[in-house]
Amino acid sequence: MAATDSAVDLSQAMRLEPVLPADWLLVAPLIITILGGALCLMTRKNTAAQPKVAIIFLTLLVLACAGLLAHVLDKGVVTMVAGGWLPPFGIAFTVDALGATLALTSSIVALCAAVYGMTDVDNSGRRYGFYPFLLLLMTGVCGAFLTGDIFNLYVWFEVLLISSFGLLVLGNERAQLDGAVKYALLNIIATTLFLIATGLLYGILGTLNMADIAIKARGADANGPLMTVAVLYFLAFAMKAAAFPVNFWLPASYHTPRIVIAAVFAGLLTKVGVYALLRIFALLLPEARIALADIIALVAIATMLTGVLGALAQTDVRRLLGYLVISGIGSMLAGLAIGTTPALAGAIFYAVHSILVMTALYMAAGMMRALGGSYSLRELGGLYRASPAFAAVFLMLGFAVAGLPPFSGFWPKVILVDAALVGGHGWIAGSILVTGLLTTIAVGRVWIYAFWRGGPEGTADGQLVAFAVPAPSAVGANVWLPIGVLLGLVVLLGVQPEFMMQVSGRGASTLSEPMGYLRSVFGEVAR
Amino acid sequence: MRTIIFRTIAPYLAALMVLFSIFVLLRGHNEPGGGFIGGLIAASAFAIYGIACGVAAVRRAITLHPMTISAWGLFIAGLSGLPSLFLAQPFMTSQWWYVHAFGVEIPLSTPLFFDIGVYLVVVGSISSIALALEERESD
Repeated sequence: MAATDSAVDLSQAMRLEPVLPADWLLVAPLIITILGGALCLMTRKNTAAQPKVAIIFLTLLVLACAGLLAHVLDKGVVTMVAGGWLPPFGIAFTVDALGATLALTSSIVALCAAVYGMTDVDNSGRRYGFYPFLLLLMTGVCGAFLTGDIFNLYVWFEVLLISSFGLLVLGNERAQLDGAVKYALLNIIATTLFLIATGLLYGILGTLNMADIAIKARGADANGPLMTVAVLYFLAFAMKAAAFPVNFWLPASYHTPRIVIAAVFAGLLTKVGVYALLRIFALLLPEARIALADIIALVAIATMLTGVLGALAQTDVRRLLGYLVISGIGSMLAGLAIGTTPALAGAIFYAVHSILVMTALYMAAGMMRALGGSYSLRELGGLYRASPAFAAVFLMLGFAVAGLPPFSGFWPKVILVDAALVGGHGWIAGSILVTGLLTTIAVGRVWIYAFWRGGPEGTADGQLVAFAVPAPSAVGANVWLPIGVLLGLVVLLGVQPEFMMQVSGRGASTLSEPMGYLRSVFGEVAR
Repeated sequence: MRTIIFRTIAPYLAALMVLFSIFVLLRGHNEPGGGFIGGLIAASAFAIYGIACGVAAVRRAITLHPMTISAWGLFIAGLSGLPSLFLAQPFMTSQWWYVHAFGVEIPLSTPLFFDIGVYLVVVGSISSIALALEERESD
């Protein structure tokens, strides 16, 4: 510092004790993705080198996030304040088990997408910047999961939003621009509401640091303007998370970009909205959550049911999966509506499951297109004969998204239904179960039409219609590997759920018992 | 827009504006100015040069593609937060070096490099947009 020789006591303003190298894991995901994104942008004319650079940096990102999760599980909640300025004035990164778990899951998904993109994104897509956008999208996603400052959360949302706009219009087709306008409009409205709510919150409490907000909001009057802020936040993040009735942008836009981009979006973007809802309503404004619990429950039930009913009505596989994304959001909101620690743990586990399985399903849809030449259930058929192994993979992913054992969707649903019944929310428990049944029918319908039926619509039973064998590169290792990794994780979480249950339990207890979170930011000082 | 007066004056104007943008960038640490506003001034210099002499002339003059300039800016800004890693300090803690040259003390710091990064990001992205819009018009 410039003033080290003067008589100013810096310990009043700055944290002067040395920082362990392990604490740098908090900001490592951001540094890695920013530097990697910049390098990819510099070399984007070199289309052959792009995927390699991106995959190297995304592998580093996965390692950093895994290290961060291990660090958090070891030390509890950890905080690093940029520049060493003391919170609440310094801008804090505060990571608990919830943020670290979601960051790790997202980075695995992004790495899989980068591998899948080697096949799916052609040279012109690479020149338009698929890999730089993917890395910078991960900057935004990881930043949102790791930050401890609500205005910074807004900034990271902007970062991921701008990257997602770029990814959405990659290719400049008419349908893409149409989808992008709907997506952009709704998301900009949501972001503006988020900013307005943050401004109001700053006006009421005079702070933007999440831990500081959590302390001050507990002393403030929950029926005053704070409720207005809470409702605005709920509306803003419900739009981002695609909750009923502000979810129409998702099925209107997710089927337009390249399938790998749709896969990343379906895995990550809505879950960042859910994360923000969990963080704000469970940690920052718990009294507002209690007051809004009935509304959240209604929204959750409506989101689950409209999502899955929409899926039943679709014939385009991508649109159908878009509705299943929405339906899953409802289950996570149900956890927030119940609000007990097990319910929040269920919501966190469900978010991890949903990130993995939805990305894998979109990638599988891309593979269906490569094998069968279409996304439409009317035109698909006979895929079982084209690849029996892939038929099995799709069936497993379908069972996972429907919540059947022994796959990853089963355990979070068990936790959520149990928590709902314990808390006396029979309607929520019933809706989760009905949604699971309807989801089974929806994915079963896809499997029967696309895999089991001998050929396109109109093919008689027992008939087999021959179709063109796809080019070998379309279903090569670059496609099988990411789907295989994601499927492996889905099965692993279903067969060995203890680790994820423990981690999501840790995350949930930080939300409902925030002492550890507050102590990590402000030290042992009782305030 | 290609009047003889404008075409004659634009190269000098653009050169002056780029010079001024660097001045604004460097004074920004302690006084009004900085990388963002400096970058905007430099980008408007490129835009003026493009309106007067055509987009191709601007692209030749800046050698690198504007997005590559942005990427370098992002890279420099990202790196400027790292030196404190080796001093056991938090991310982005500022580091200072006082260099004595020609009898003057020149304070160099990581915030300066961060600001240069911001400057390049703004120059690159805004002139990328401006040049794309001007190109469309001249087609």
